[in-house]
Amino acid sequence: MQSAITVRDLTKKYDEGANGTLALRGLDLDVHAGELLMLMGPSGSGKTTLLSIMGCILTASSGSVRIAGREVVGLSEKQLPALRLEHIGFVFQGFNLFPTLTAGENVELMLDLKGVSASKAKRRAQELLEQVGLAEKYSAFPSDLSGGQKQRVAIARALAGDPGIILADEPTAALDSHTGRNVMEMMSDLAHKRGRAVVIVTHDSRVLNFADRIIRIEDGAIARNTEAEMVPPGLLSQHFPQPGLGLA
Amino acid sequence: MPPLAQRNLFHDKVRLTVTLTGIVFSVVLIVVQLGLFLGFTTATSNLIDHSGADLWITSKNVPYVEQGVAFSERKLNQVRAVPGVEDAQKLITRWTQWKRHDGGQDSVQIVGINVDATMERPWNLVEGRVEDLKSPDAVILDELYKQKLGVSHVGEVFEIGGYRARVVGFTRGIRSFTTSPYVFTSFKNAQDFANLREDQTMFILVKVAPGASLEQVRRDLLDHVKDVEVFTTSEFSRMTTFYWMFTTGAGVAVLIAAVLGLVVGFVVVAQTIYATTVDHIREFGTLKAMGAPNSYVYKVIMKQAAIAAVLGYALGMILSVFVVHGSQKGGAAILMPPQMAVGMFFLTLLMCVGAALVSINKVTRIDPAMVFKG
Repeated sequence: MQSAITVRDLTKKYDEGANGTLALRGLDLDVHAGELLMLMGPSGSGKTTLLSIMGCILTASSGSVRIAGREVVGLSEKQLPALRLEHIGFVFQGFNLFPTLTAGENVELMLDLKGVSASKAKRRAQELLEQVGLAEKYSAFPSDLSGGQKQRVAIARALAGDPGIILADEPTAALDSHTGRNVMEMMSDLAHKRGRAVVIVTHDSRVLNFADRIIRIEDGAIARNTEAEMVPPGLLSQHFPQPGLGLA
Repeated sequence: MPPLAQRNLFHDKVRLTVTLTGIVFSVVLIVVQLGLFLGFTTATSNLIDHSGADLWITSKNVPYVEQGVAFSERKLNQVRAVPGVEDAQKLITRWTQWKRHDGGQDSVQIVGINVDATMERPWNLVEGRVEDLKSPDAVILDELYKQKLGVSHVGEVFEIGGYRARVVGFTRGIRSFTTSPYVFTSFKNAQDFANLREDQTMFILVKVAPGASLEQVRRDLLDHVKDVEVFTTSEFSRMTTFYWMFTTGAGVAVLIAAVLGLVVGFVVVAQTIYATTVDHIREFGTLKAMGAPNSYVYKVIMKQAAIAAVLGYALGMILSVFVVHGSQKGGAAILMPPQMAVGMFFLTLLMCVGAALVSINKVTRIDPAMVFKG
């Protein structure tokens, strides 16, 4: 299976020099198209840093990161936005919708960035909102939506650019169990039915059953010994949720 | 592009009001000050610009029209003898005292002309005729100064410089820059009112014959007529304007006020757009995380600034029109030619877009990773 994201010997150091903090230490990781990977670990372990580097938002200090086969370490700041736009969709813990735009306009914004004409963008935005079950909310503002609805709009927006990779940072943290489950089902569909590579950073043990793989990160490295478990893609999600799975 | 700029701008009504108030204040202040400057400039050289003359002959060292020095009127014949001179007429302008019916006195500027000639005739008459100045003691003044001089209608008699003066007509819009109104009269009357001898004049106006070279005639006049200076109308107009506007500092004061208006507008707009940008910083961070290049983000901010500029300009100009209109009956006219209105639009746009650069600097430094902070 081709890797959507390939990470080799990745290191990230904040504040170069003797007083610098090593956030990531020589990480190796592959993320495949069609799988849902969860990154777990305590606060400050480097999960979000890893996600940011995979998302071409932060630059690595050393190592290699390949996105859709293209090396991104060493690219200039000006080249990264185009890469993000082409290959990556983001879903955020705080939804990060634009409060002064309607649900539909939030999705159209991504399409506008991709250079889609206004009329086509409107049609495509309507299709995407329909796919996430929010067709009737096209003209609603985020302040009129529930948390789950906002996250679904965010997912529609992330999909608007037709990216091969979806990166989500705590997508269910602000949601109740039922709503969180709905969102995770959608994320699972993105991976298993639409063939996206989905990487989710989470503390939420309620959603572990959706993962194809769970990687635990501690102190900037993958903890392989007891808590990192490699599960064949798709196998875990076929079973009834088994909380814990030996993970803290 | 989805209407992000417009929505951000109109989202906070209070901030929008502050922004527009700043722009309106700036626009009105600049228009009023520049309009005053134009009005003053026009008023200072009114008499010269409307003279119909090509050349002005003065005594030596006369820096502006109100500073004329009397000289022999015999020079008029010398002037007329110079080739290329089609017509030459004497002119008097001098300050003197106008006595009102209540006994009070006001300073006026007598303008004494040859009523039969075509140069320096009063213009924009709303009552009476220029030819009425041939009558004894006849004077024409501007309706703007009726109240100041205690005049209510044509036919009233007053005293100027101890001589009888009878009002035969009114003009409209002939302002003097100083507080002393122009009072047009015949040359003979002016000699009396201004306490000049019969053989004296203060200026000679020259009309150059068609086809003759202005510079050549000027040089010839200097060669043939002793102890005088010869200026073109535009030259003398500029000298007079420069004296009143810059040597006295009056013009500098209004220009400084105009610049202050621009600075105030800039600061207010910069502050409010910056505050709006900070309020929406997370959204701009999200935009960048989504893959928007910096130029896209800049476009949003610039669009906000441009919309604010257009709205503020429109409101400011509506207010300015009222102010300009209201000033027409006052002592100091505020002028707003179409070119100023157009120029003001671009200045407002420049001011707002320039102010937005402060915010541009802020968003350029956004770390997109901030979107991951909950």
